[in-house]
Amino acid sequence: MSFVKLSASALAIAAVSATAAAARDQVQIAGSSTVLPYASIVAEAFGENFDFPTPVVESGGSSAGLKRFCQGVGTEHTDVANASRAIREKEIKACAENGVTDIIEVRIGYDGIVFASQLDGPAYTAFTQSDIFNALAPKVMVDGQLVDNPYKKWSDFNADLPAEDILAFIPGTKHGTREVFEEKVIATGCEATGAMEAMIAGGMSEDDAEDACLEVMSDGRAVDIDGDYTETLASIDANANGIGVFGLAFYENNTDKLKVATMTGVEPSTETIASGEYPVSRPLFFYVKKAHIGVIPGLKEYAEFFISDEIAGGDGPLAEYGLVADPALSETQEAVAAEEVMGGGS
Amino acid sequence: MTDASLPKGGAKPHLSSLTEPDARTKSRNAAEKRFRAYGVIAIGTGILCLLVLLFAIISNGIGAFQQTFIEVPVYLDPAKLDKKGERNIEDIKKVSTFGYNPLIQKAVLEQVEKAGIDTPLTKPKDMKAMISASAAGQIRSMVIENPDLIGETVDVRFLASSRVDGYLKDRVKREHLARDKNIDAEHLDVVDGLLEAGVVKKTFNPAFIFGADASESRAEQAGLGVSMIGSFFMMLVVLFLALPIGVAASIYLEEFAPKNRFTDLIEVNISNLAAVPSIVFGILGLAVFIQFIHLPQSAPLVGGLVLTLMTLPTIIISTRASLKSVPPSIRDAALGVGASKMQSVFHHVLPLAAPGILTGTIIGLAQALGETAPLLLIGMVGYIASNAPDGIASGLLDPNSAMPAQIYEWAKRADPAYYERAWGGIIILLVFLVTMNTVAVILRRRFERRW
Repeated sequence: MSFVKLSASALAIAAVSATAAAARDQVQIAGSSTVLPYASIVAEAFGENFDFPTPVVESGGSSAGLKRFCQGVGTEHTDVANASRAIREKEIKACAENGVTDIIEVRIGYDGIVFASQLDGPAYTAFTQSDIFNALAPKVMVDGQLVDNPYKKWSDFNADLPAEDILAFIPGTKHGTREVFEEKVIATGCEATGAMEAMIAGGMSEDDAEDACLEVMSDGRAVDIDGDYTETLASIDANANGIGVFGLAFYENNTDKLKVATMTGVEPSTETIASGEYPVSRPLFFYVKKAHIGVIPGLKEYAEFFISDEIAGGDGPLAEYGLVADPALSETQEAVAAEEVMGGGS
Repeated sequence: MTDASLPKGGAKPHLSSLTEPDARTKSRNAAEKRFRAYGVIAIGTGILCLLVLLFAIISNGIGAFQQTFIEVPVYLDPAKLDKKGERNIEDIKKVSTFGYNPLIQKAVLEQVEKAGIDTPLTKPKDMKAMISASAAGQIRSMVIENPDLIGETVDVRFLASSRVDGYLKDRVKREHLARDKNIDAEHLDVVDGLLEAGVVKKTFNPAFIFGADASESRAEQAGLGVSMIGSFFMMLVVLFLALPIGVAASIYLEEFAPKNRFTDLIEVNISNLAAVPSIVFGILGLAVFIQFIHLPQSAPLVGGLVLTLMTLPTIIISTRASLKSVPPSIRDAALGVGASKMQSVFHHVLPLAAPGILTGTIIGLAQALGETAPLLLIGMVGYIASNAPDGIASGLLDPNSAMPAQIYEWAKRADPAYYERAWGGIIILLVFLVTMNTVAVILRRRFERRW
């Protein structure tokens, strides 16, 4: 009859759990894998310095994190969503439908996106946005004409680049990084080479041309990486002629395997990104559910701690890891202290 | 069929020599030899692969069990740590870990000067790259526990940064340092000097086995301990749910259920379930346990429930097999002396089948212990395993990771030191799996009865 007892105790455990699920004493965070390292550094220091338990940080991507964030108010939902892009209108609407209306947006700093290749591989040392566009876009400008991309090697369109087959490992579409890559690299290259003008001249509307400018060829030269940067690194390791798209912080941790290329002549570093010289960067955010402040112990303290000078400032551990400190940090600090929500309300 | 007679009066039988094999025999013998050779080659390939795998795992992972420590006397300056001098715990708590860093850096610099190392690094701040970020937290909690230490000089042993550790383990090479902004060659010269002076030491690091996970900036501090506890609680849930449910289901199906279309259907479905990819159970767990029943995210309880679903078919199939192997004569004898059906099962069949059931359960548990895919979906990866649970309820409900999920998480992280820890984690996981499988084999050997 011990089976009966065992099953009964198992049921009892399940019942206890259902009631205990209501109480939660640590902050729960989910979202962008780019923000994860920073959030984990802050969470760890937060646990060390405060009497609150260490917050829990999950990854999964900006979109997944915001989706979970928007599922509702209540302790079973996450308190903070990390994002490597700003929240979209659509997501704000989805949030509102589930009762999540007061959202505090916190910008923590900037992150650079770099192009890197094997340390001992071909000399990919200097790119411009036009180079990347010429290499990867389905339609490019050749002698003033918009034609199907005829290039096979980098040297076909820029004699300074090595004569190697084009191969690029770019972030997959579920990553926030992909958006930045498309907008700041491919689209800029599209305009710079004159392809966009040619598209509009060819009868496309401006919106269509902008969309067409973001396209990337799907014949195998551009490989979508859906996993993390470690996967990109492994692909680069296996393909000497490949270039990969990385976050600055990841590159700086792996300088023994990777060499970085300049973009329009500017070497990526926290300094050049902060000054705005390096063109491919993006802000990083986290979003706080205001309704949870006061319910989940330590939530506001965590948000304030994250953007305090000693953490997110120029000498703090986040900058050390690769985050580019936000020059307007003090404004963000005031906004968080006042619990200012998005959309102008209080 | 040896007494089949030769055809009567037929042709002269084909004569062949017993000593000289004819062509057909030769070719048959050759075929057999070839077949044996294939077998030997197959086994050889398998063993070779296993050896290569073991070699790779051990050579990559053994380093994680050792860690570089710095041992220095640190002066706990009251002017910095307790400005009011009242030793009020609230005042002391106000000094964050950032307030402790200068003290530690100064202490290390003193040792550098004492050892007479000639170096251009003369400022306390220059020492930062060599010290783990965990040192400040370690000393702060020491002071909060015992405020009387303020004003004294205490000997502290703390971790060196992951780059220093990597240098001592040959992972960080001097020729790569030019572009590494985390550490310079001058730091390594200092490390060499301190190593000679006995301040820096590489020793066994129990914190890797028993400690908690750490953030990306301090790979040197990360340990597998908390996720091991997570795994333990998940296995408890699996054991307490899958074993009774699985055994009850198989006893009913095997001993009591009528054989009809419905039970056939159930049988087919159980075999099918055993072949369902584990990630499917993860999605099911997310939808049912978290989104519908509202159990907490990342909780070992949910992980255990998901793994229970995954393990159930394995346990049912192995239990039924061991019930089947109990000869019917035992049941008949029990029924013959007047036992009821239930008595015959519980007094005779089940005890005889128990070793088989146990082995099946242990193998099912081992499988569940190594499972990662479903855990990814219920939120058990990330920076989760940071607090050790302080009781059974918190062990089941507080967010935690599991060993394989933690290894996966480490393998993703940017700092190469985490890569080594991922391999080290695999060694620990393998030790667990091998132990469990060995126990299963021993149980089977010891208690199995053959008829």
